[in-house]
Amino acid sequence: MATTVPAHAPATADLAIRVRGVTKEFGSGGAVARALRGVDLDVAYGEMLMLVGPSGCGKTTLVSIIAGTLAPTAGDVVVLGHDLVAMTNGAKVRFRREHVGFVFQAYNLLPALTAAENAAVPLLIAGWRRRDAVEKAADVLDALGLGDRLANLPTELSGGQQQRVAIARALVHEPRLLVCDEPTSALDAENGRITMELIERLAVQPGRAVIVVTHDSRVYSFADRIASMEDGRIEAVEAGPRRGAARG
Amino acid sequence: MLWIAWKMLIGNRVKYLGIVFGVVFAALLIAQQSSIFCGLMSLTVSQIRDVQGPDIWVMDAKVQYVDDIKPLADTELFRVKGVPGVAWAVRFYKGTARARLAEGSYEQMMLLGLDDATLIGAPEQVVLGSIADLRKPDAVIMDDAGYKRIWPGEPYQLGRVFEMNDRRAVLVGVTKASRSFTSFPIVYTRYSQAVAFAPPERKVLSFVLADAEPGVAPEEVCRRIEAQTGLQALTRAQFFRKTIRYYLAKTGIPVNFAVTVLLGFLVGTAIAGQTFYLFTVENIRQFGALKAMGTSNWTILGMVLAQALQVGLIGYGVGVGLAAIFGQVVKGASRLSFFMPWQVLAITGVAVFVIVLLASLLSIRKVLIVDPAIVFRG
Repeated sequence: MATTVPAHAPATADLAIRVRGVTKEFGSGGAVARALRGVDLDVAYGEMLMLVGPSGCGKTTLVSIIAGTLAPTAGDVVVLGHDLVAMTNGAKVRFRREHVGFVFQAYNLLPALTAAENAAVPLLIAGWRRRDAVEKAADVLDALGLGDRLANLPTELSGGQQQRVAIARALVHEPRLLVCDEPTSALDAENGRITMELIERLAVQPGRAVIVVTHDSRVYSFADRIASMEDGRIEAVEAGPRRGAARG
Repeated sequence: MLWIAWKMLIGNRVKYLGIVFGVVFAALLIAQQSSIFCGLMSLTVSQIRDVQGPDIWVMDAKVQYVDDIKPLADTELFRVKGVPGVAWAVRFYKGTARARLAEGSYEQMMLLGLDDATLIGAPEQVVLGSIADLRKPDAVIMDDAGYKRIWPGEPYQLGRVFEMNDRRAVLVGVTKASRSFTSFPIVYTRYSQAVAFAPPERKVLSFVLADAEPGVAPEEVCRRIEAQTGLQALTRAQFFRKTIRYYLAKTGIPVNFAVTVLLGFLVGTAIAGQTFYLFTVENIRQFGALKAMGTSNWTILGMVLAQALQVGLIGYGVGVGLAAIFGQVVKGASRLSFFMPWQVLAITGVAVFVIVLLASLLSIRKVLIVDPAIVFRG
């Protein structure tokens, strides 16, 4: 498959994410669980990095820290030039609002909102007027092939369509970091491929970075690099087929 | 974001209706029971309300409420008339009498004796006959509710004769009168006639009704009457309040109603709170997702409060509306007293506000402590 490369392979100037010596402990006293044990990781702009590994290895914890939803116990985390460790909670909330898009395994669409309204949520959080936000979200959904499903509720959409709404929601505010948590695990092979193609087409661009947490080996082919985690550590980082293809 | 909160709330119809039901139940019970209580309290002062004209009531210093009759000597009338600032003063009798009807049955009645010369204190709405006919011998006028109670199903008929204290009474009119707390038929007659109908006593004068001269405050005249005569003198409003305060303080009525209102409050809070909490728990991942996407805790707090206030407003409107409909129905169909002043609406509003606030407290805590990273857990 791919060749093994260092965890911090890209040049420092191109780094979207720089993680150094990050540890995360849950609990206290004798009941401490170490989820991360000194993780180093770099992700470059324009890169799609996949985090893989068995359940409980720390992938979700690491991606939560990178996304600013969880604070590390120790270590440095710099994302898009922002030092997340030094940030206040309020600053982290603003950081996520402005710079991070999320695609969740369970979609987490609001069941009472239509597809267009769901996709507009990040804009509404940012303070856009409802009509403007829904209009822009409708444009993004149209680009994702859901132009005829704008007024449908999530329950009226297939799993693949719901994930496309989730992708539209993740990208509608044009974030510079896209965090995807098992985006294809609830989808069949065809819908999984379509989902990854959409993410690759819309999010993997200069000035942006994409992290995908996945168990789904069928989508490894979309990765620039693949970081394998084991017991709270990154065991290996390999160049993915996409980088190999790009290098020709 | 408030719009999203609203859509989330109404998106789950069952939970939404459950929360609204809890608030409606509480608002209905609080407004309805409070209105019945106010209706009962208004009955206690109905006689004061019905006596139009005089603004000052003079009575024995120990009188505690309008039905607490402690007779005065007839000469007190002249002492009151002699107080500076009193424009005029008349006698007023209030008591109960047992009437023996033509068919031989007995009926307890409330007897009101009006000043012979002026008939001050007479009811304003006459259904049949004339107030002036009270000047005829043995003449009495009866309230329509009392007439229907004594002669149910019979048309109004003047000239009916019955006895009070072995004295002949002739019905010369039927009038509208506010229901009394005791629900006895109300019989109006002249003061001199009332004294004859009443059991013989050394003192028979119940109240002196008076009015202040133009330009003198009734409260000031009351102070002068009390200082000069040693009697108790109250304005209508003061007598209203004194009577109601007596019933509030000396009877178990407020406690009984308060228990029901409290029950409505607690049950409403429990239903609304439990359902609201379940609704929040059901949507906790959505709240987590919103927080992950950059919604601040303040905004989340505002969303939950907006949801609570929305169900509060709807529940309040429906509950109070149902209580008002109930009031209209029972007013026409039964003798249940019902009076809904703005204070009842305000108290119910405050209670509903507290209910939704309490109901949302657990939910607020839940959404504020939820870790946005919850969305990454499968």
